[in-house]
Amino acid sequence: MTDKKLAIIATKGTLDWAYPPFILASTAAALGYQTTVFFTFYGLQLLKKKLDLKVSPLGNPGMPMPMGMNKWFPVIGTTIPGMEGMMTSMMKQKIKAKGVASIQELRDLCVEADVRLIGCQMTIDLFDMKREDFIDEIELGGAATFFEFAGDANVTLFI
Amino acid sequence: MADFNQELDARGLNCPLPILRAKKALNGLASGEVLRILTTDPGSVKDFEAFAQQTGNELLESSEAAGEFHFLLKKS
Repeated sequence: MTDKKLAIIATKGTLDWAYPPFILASTAAALGYQTTVFFTFYGLQLLKKKLDLKVSPLGNPGMPMPMGMNKWFPVIGTTIPGMEGMMTSMMKQKIKAKGVASIQELRDLCVEADVRLIGCQMTIDLFDMKREDFIDEIELGGAATFFEFAGDANVTLFI
Repeated sequence: MADFNQELDARGLNCPLPILRAKKALNGLASGEVLRILTTDPGSVKDFEAFAQQTGNELLESSEAAGEFHFLLKKS
């Protein structure tokens, strides 16, 4: 077993960007890393009791679109109301079809593997969020809390 | 085929689920016992090598047959 440490800062709150922190944290935990993820700004959406994550094609030319839509679909089309919901449900179908874990499942696995999940107190105050909106397993903290474990981490990632 | 104590069917699952499920299954085994894992994710071949190397559990066998991957992991 390793006594290595992994520190991640998760800053993004979309369905696609929810994957890297949870995949890396759960895998690191399985490899024996002591793992902590600090969630700040939009990243706090990943800690909500009720996950409602979406993916947006807007301003994302790298996003593969079905049926070659990105070839003939004008960029402005991605701003049409309902586009976000459509892309999100298509993405969720793909995730299921390909045997990729849901965010809920990966988060549960992180909790189970004793990954420390820390929510940024400042962000919660800034956006008038409530502690009870978030799962019970998180701690709250600030920048100094992050450095408490990141200071001697072997791997530190900003996502 | 070598003997094993438990089998894990991770076919149809994608990264990192086969590794996470394997880790969980290993938790329930005693030292020296062997876990057999079945997967369909081609990425799992490299991943199980890396998992074994980093966790100290020994990868006794890694093989492919008809698009499926088979692994034997011995718990350290």
